[in-house]
Amino acid sequence: MRTPGRPMRNPLAEATTQRRRALVAFLLVVALLGVLAARFAWLQVFSYEEFHTRSEANRIKARPIVPARGLIYDRNGRLLADNVPAYRLDAVREDVGDLDGMVARLREVITLSDEGAEAFVAASRARRSFQPVTVKLRLSEAEVARFAVNRHRFPGVDVVPYLNRRYPYGDLFAHVIGYVGRIDASDLEREDAARYNGATHIGKAGIERTYESRLHGQIGVEQVEVNAEGRLLRVVGREPAHAGQDLYLTIDAQLQQAVVDAFEGQPGAAVVLDPRNGEVLALASLPSYDPNPFVSGIGRQAYAALLNNPSRPLFNRVLQGGYEPGSTIKPFIALAGLDLGLRTPRDTTFSSGAFRLPGHEREYRDWRRGGHGHVNLNEAMAQSVNTYFFQLAVDLGIERLSRYMARFGFGEPTGIDLQGEASGVLPSPEWKRAARNQPWFPGETVIAGIGQGFWVVTPLQLAQGTAMLANGGVRVKPHLLRASQRSFDAPQELEPLPKPGKSVVSNPAHLAAVAESMVAVLHGPTGTARGVMSQFDLGYRIAGKTGTAQRITRRTEASLDVNQLPFDQRHNALFIAFAPVEAPRVAVMVVLEHGGSGSSVAAPVALRIIDAWLRKNPP
Amino acid sequence: MSSMLHRWRHWIGPPRVDIPLLLALLALVGVGLTVLHSAAAGDMRVVWSQAARTGAGLVALLVLARVPPARLRLWAPWIYLATLALLLLVPVFGTGRSGRHWLYLGAFYIQPAELMKLSVPVMVASFLNERVLPPRWGVLAVCAAIIGVPTALIAMQPDLGTGMLVCASGVFVVFCAGMAWWRIGLLAGLAALAAPLGWTLLKDYHRRRFMTFLDPEADPLGDGWNIIQSKIAVGSGGLWGKGWGEGTQSRLEFLPEHTTDFIFAVLSEDFGFVGVCLVLALYLFIIGRSLWIAANARDTFGRTLGCSLALTLFVYVLVNGGMITGLLPVIGVPMPLISYGGTSAVTLLAGFGIVMSLQAQRRFRR
Repeated sequence: MRTPGRPMRNPLAEATTQRRRALVAFLLVVALLGVLAARFAWLQVFSYEEFHTRSEANRIKARPIVPARGLIYDRNGRLLADNVPAYRLDAVREDVGDLDGMVARLREVITLSDEGAEAFVAASRARRSFQPVTVKLRLSEAEVARFAVNRHRFPGVDVVPYLNRRYPYGDLFAHVIGYVGRIDASDLEREDAARYNGATHIGKAGIERTYESRLHGQIGVEQVEVNAEGRLLRVVGREPAHAGQDLYLTIDAQLQQAVVDAFEGQPGAAVVLDPRNGEVLALASLPSYDPNPFVSGIGRQAYAALLNNPSRPLFNRVLQGGYEPGSTIKPFIALAGLDLGLRTPRDTTFSSGAFRLPGHEREYRDWRRGGHGHVNLNEAMAQSVNTYFFQLAVDLGIERLSRYMARFGFGEPTGIDLQGEASGVLPSPEWKRAARNQPWFPGETVIAGIGQGFWVVTPLQLAQGTAMLANGGVRVKPHLLRASQRSFDAPQELEPLPKPGKSVVSNPAHLAAVAESMVAVLHGPTGTARGVMSQFDLGYRIAGKTGTAQRITRRTEASLDVNQLPFDQRHNALFIAFAPVEAPRVAVMVVLEHGGSGSSVAAPVALRIIDAWLRKNPP
Repeated sequence: MSSMLHRWRHWIGPPRVDIPLLLALLALVGVGLTVLHSAAAGDMRVVWSQAARTGAGLVALLVLARVPPARLRLWAPWIYLATLALLLLVPVFGTGRSGRHWLYLGAFYIQPAELMKLSVPVMVASFLNERVLPPRWGVLAVCAAIIGVPTALIAMQPDLGTGMLVCASGVFVVFCAGMAWWRIGLLAGLAALAAPLGWTLLKDYHRRRFMTFLDPEADPLGDGWNIIQSKIAVGSGGLWGKGWGEGTQSRLEFLPEHTTDFIFAVLSEDFGFVGVCLVLALYLFIIGRSLWIAANARDTFGRTLGCSLALTLFVYVLVNGGMITGLLPVIGVPMPLISYGGTSAVTLLAGFGIVMSLQAQRRFRR
């Protein structure tokens, strides 16, 4: 029975319709392929003469023009990275013919290392046969001259002028500016390959990498006439390339030099910040390396030597170095005590020389045998009394302590405009559960109060925290780019700064109290760093805190003089400081690896840096 | 136990292929590799990698030729949903230089959009097989959803060329199922009215390509370059061509993308109008033979699916051929089985495996 509106299926009729549709489709295909064939016939048979002529005359090719890379200056306009004209040797495989024979003959004329020759042959085989491949960058003048004389022996090989990146200050800014290097396949994954048509170099590290897209510029196009073999005859038109932007950094080159000089060749790291806005005035990781060899391709041996150097010059200690903060964490712990209402500056804690958790055997020691007696905040900070901070950490509890420390950026990258920043470790039960799958033990809270145990900070994090102590508790992101310039006659455009956040401290008086206690470290009668003040005639007051990160545990009663230990067993010496206390314009973090104690080694370095900056920049 | 044995015999017996169709496909692949050798300036690594890809496609063809159409029909919803799931993963985990197209599956990369060229027609054909035909609006609406969702996802990747092909592959099934002409006319009219809206949805570079297509000479060193150089390559080939590997347009790098989208221009330049006609005849034979097999299939599923697969190949040929001769705008559609790269060679050959399974079934059940 047939229900109205619900037709029955009729397989036979369906099949007939569908076969008819297939036929319709076939006729359509025939017709449209006919149209296509007719189009080919029109082009290839009827218009052959026209297109044949155009093909013969087709000698105009578009060639990329590589833009000049943006220059990099310090905050006062000193040139930190520039481009110098240089010559390189390019070869086109299909014109060369016998690659190995050519390389062998070429080595009679120019110096070419074995690995350089291998790399060229490999690169040449990987490219299409008519694309030029660089044989050698930065030819010497003698090489250019010798090649010019012998040029007839090398068909398909040409000297090509280009701009070579140069870092005039050598190793002084390697960890800030980084370097450019030859473009490889992975770079083209990251960047838009079309923008790098014809380019040879790309930012590999540091500022050169972070701001690659701004430094690189816009490639131009040149229309050139070529002959039937594709050889260049003349230039018929061009759309110029646009050079990359010039960048002005927050760095002060003179201060950077003063920082490096202050280290007197010792390994370590230092960061100098303007606490008011987060500008990085100097950033040094020592020892450093010369970035210039990386530009034209550093040799395998030279690179291995850098990699295997035990003091690790390639390692950026400021960003990636993980240090135990030691006593430099104490100002932050003290601030937590005041700010969360557990202490007033006048409250005292009794130091007997050994602190014990109730019901536990283990003793946590002060550095002075017999203890420091009753100490308030100022005395505890000035003499770096561990017991004061043991007790405070226990009173805070690890959860509260950890949460408060997080306000100062510990345990997360600062977000500086350089790649590869480490997070460090902000100790907390959650962190320990996640990282080690272990519960938190009460004793670990005790030593967290003096920056030991699981604590790991980068120099940059500690510098950021110090800047916050100086600027009223506002988180400022450390940054290196101050301004940019689109072309040499355009005005400098200042980089927009992120809106300053709110202070993380509830009462400015608490910060002032902590700052005053840090002044006592240097200016007080019992301060741990008072000794170094005699070397300086300042005219302003500095707030600071020493730290000596342990490398060996003090198990014996014998007091050890850290400065007498063998070099590689010595502690890391740390010092944080800001000045002038009344209106801070500079915040400094210094760490000396294997440097002995913070007061005797790190503090003088930091003071020399501060003095160099404030003397040059009166308010 | 005996059923296991039976299954084994099913998979390892003599190949069930349609010999004329297979020979034509092999001839086309041979032409493709020959032209690729010329287009790649003799770089054998390019040729070998394309040969390997074709080999994978042939394996897929032989395997799919053995899958009974009835089983494919029953699996259709699962195949479709699995492909759709992969497609949804692409925006999250996908990689690619100009947008996210590829998905990394542990050992190799796949392009879910390519798989959709098979999944969509299989799904639509399987769905229509159970409905009263010719389809009415309700059924058509479901078909539109089956086709539209993946098409929209692919177009947003953005990959307009593949999205268009996926859409076409599904629409062909509906057309071949016997959709009434007046409904087709009505929808076509509505689409024409909606075209201005579509124009606003296009990406800038698609609009630019379209404008360039209308007047390539206006911008001879920018976007118009491709069209002009391609036409010069084709036209200067003449009747007999310049000879294998002798095309100056490709050799001197005037012709852009001469191993991929513009490879047919290299063929036209090297082998002339005669070569073009021979290859077009080969395509016509493959399409005609496939339509013939489809028309003789047992059920709606087989007939509509077979027709759709044949017509999809035709769309490739028409769009790519139209592009290189300046008849159609530049859309990234390769010349099937000749262009280098992509997974399209694999899916195309797999599609012909399905066509051959229709033929095998017809022969055995007769």
